[in-house]
Amino acid sequence: MEDIKKAEYLAYKKTEVLTDKVLHYCPGCGHGTIHRLVAEVIEELDLQHKTIGIAPVGCSVLAYEYFNVDFQEAAHGRAPALATAISRLYPDHAVFTYQGDGDLAAIGTAETIHACNRGENIVIVFVNNGIYGMTGGQMAPTTLENMKSSTSPYGRDVKMMGSPMKMSELVANLPGTHYVTRQAVHKPGHVRKTKRALKKAFQYQQEKKGTQLVEIVSNCNSGWKMTPNKSNQWMEENMFPFFPLGDIKTPDDK
Amino acid sequence: MKKELRLMKGNEAVGEAAIRVGADGYFGYPITTQSEVLEYLMSEKPHERTGMVVLQAESEVAAINMVYGAAGAGKMAITSSSSPGISLKQEGISYMAGAELPCVILNVVRGGPGLGTIQPGQADYFQAVKGGGHGDYKLITLAPSSVQEMYDFTILGFELAFKYRNPVMLLSDGAIGQMMEKVELTEQKERRTTEEIVKQCPWATTGKPKSRDHNIITSLELQSDKQEELNHKLQRKYKQVEEDEVRYETIQCEDAEYLIIAFGTSARIAQKAVKEAREQGIKMGLLRPITLFPFPKKKIMEMTQQVKGMLSVEMNAGQMVEDIRLAVNGKVPVEHFGRLGGNMPSSEEIIEQVRKHF
Ligand SMILES: Cc1ncc(C[n+]2csc(CCOP(=O)(O)OP(=O)(O)O)c2C)c(N)n1
Repeated sequence: MEDIKKAEYLAYKKTEVLTDKVLHYCPGCGHGTIHRLVAEVIEELDLQHKTIGIAPVGCSVLAYEYFNVDFQEAAHGRAPALATAISRLYPDHAVFTYQGDGDLAAIGTAETIHACNRGENIVIVFVNNGIYGMTGGQMAPTTLENMKSSTSPYGRDVKMMGSPMKMSELVANLPGTHYVTRQAVHKPGHVRKTKRALKKAFQYQQEKKGTQLVEIVSNCNSGWKMTPNKSNQWMEENMFPFFPLGDIKTPDDK
Repeated sequence: MKKELRLMKGNEAVGEAAIRVGADGYFGYPITTQSEVLEYLMSEKPHERTGMVVLQAESEVAAINMVYGAAGAGKMAITSSSSPGISLKQEGISYMAGAELPCVILNVVRGGPGLGTIQPGQADYFQAVKGGGHGDYKLITLAPSSVQEMYDFTILGFELAFKYRNPVMLLSDGAIGQMMEKVELTEQKERRTTEEIVKQCPWATTGKPKSRDHNIITSLELQSDKQEELNHKLQRKYKQVEEDEVRYETIQCEDAEYLIIAFGTSARIAQKAVKEAREQGIKMGLLRPITLFPFPKKKIMEMTQQVKGMLSVEMNAGQMVEDIRLAVNGKVPVEHFGRLGGNMPSSEEIIEQVRKHF
């Protein structure tokens, strides 16, 4: 075994921007891939020494254990407020938040919208899995019409519960956002695209271009009560039509 | 050197003190009894004077979380509000206490509950000294009773906050926030460089160099044994604070037979009552707690040797009086006199209460 571990055979090396902690995420969940992509981008752009990340409350509450950069854990929904102050006080640092849909689009709506509106120079990584994963699968602002969750057990009735929200489209309308895109990580091609999007976002942030939001539509096989494969298929068939992938706002649109 | 004196509102004095002590950021949201802090700071252009960041947040919730972010990165940050806004900040304050982050929070208290009134009050005493948000934690609570003290305690607040890595609350009220008095200003301190911050706050998220592990600011610990140990650590810190940081003022207590205990605006009025009572032949004294947490328990206990009774004068329905009774432990009678709803007590009422009770 040892003699095949040679530099010339190296096909893949784990980035040093991830720690060696074992991820606690459910098998099949997209968070692990997204963590890796963010970490690789930080490494490739040589930002490790000046990155400050903000973890949400949600499944990724322990993100600070996995990223080998300085990290703060925010109260539920408040990550963009922390990031606002940090990026204003450390204007050259790479400041990013990592948030779920409940965190960003329900309890933290005000903080999200106002940080975007002020054009805070931060990257927001927004993981949209259409559900509250951490607390056991309750309805999120992004839960699709008729989609079942533990608090919409007969499906989301939009007359009673409101319609799912497209946060990225909403904040793309604000002058402070510079780059808003929606991606996925369930297939290699999408992983590559997401990485390119994240890289752009961190580059723009370093160029002080304002708020960069990368939404990643992801699965929650546990919360959706499906096998990982089935959840990815379900995501393609149901999530993507409502949350279409692709750039929503690019610097050229300005 | 010639003294630099200026006539200022209490709220303005806090803003000026924040600039001069070298604070890095102020984050706040307008609400009456304290909007002048933000207005003053905006008009002073602190970004030009010292590079200090001043931002009108979208809410008190956002403001305290901006303070959290700044403090977690080792910066000196301050926020201010009045009662309803302070209620909104409680979750963030609890997180800061849990993550052991330093900051200064000014509450220019108004009458409550609810939207209450815009007149001064002291009914947020419990909220300030007993924790306020969820969990077992304490805020170091300073009670200014003059515009000068609004200025001085902002500076002292930062000192204590960083010494103990704990939020500090300035529990003021609408009268002190709004009144104008002469203030002796201190010299402009330079804001700390990043190198100085890294040295002073090696725990802060300033960006991870190769030479150290990543720094994490969090109040989360899922293992109950570890969480218990973190709680014990906090409790040890609060004990230390109780031992080392008690501050109070005594006025004509040497021969006092009746002791008034009051803070903030109530203490100003009580001081007048002491003078008038003595003219009437009643030997009254005043003990003014400057730190409400830590509470001057020992001094109050000591005074039981000498006085026939104590009267707690507050602009609330009886909050600090509970702490006095705990300190006195039944040794002497302790009564409460309070005005509510934004009203202030008068010196005549205070004397009348002493005559009535003792
Ligand atoms: C003030 C507050 N309210 C509620 C909660 C409980 N809570 C924790 S995570 C969460 C939802 C998380 O969902 P989401 O942001 O979509 O992230 P996910 O877990 O799906 O990754 C809720 C409601 C909390 N921690 N704090």
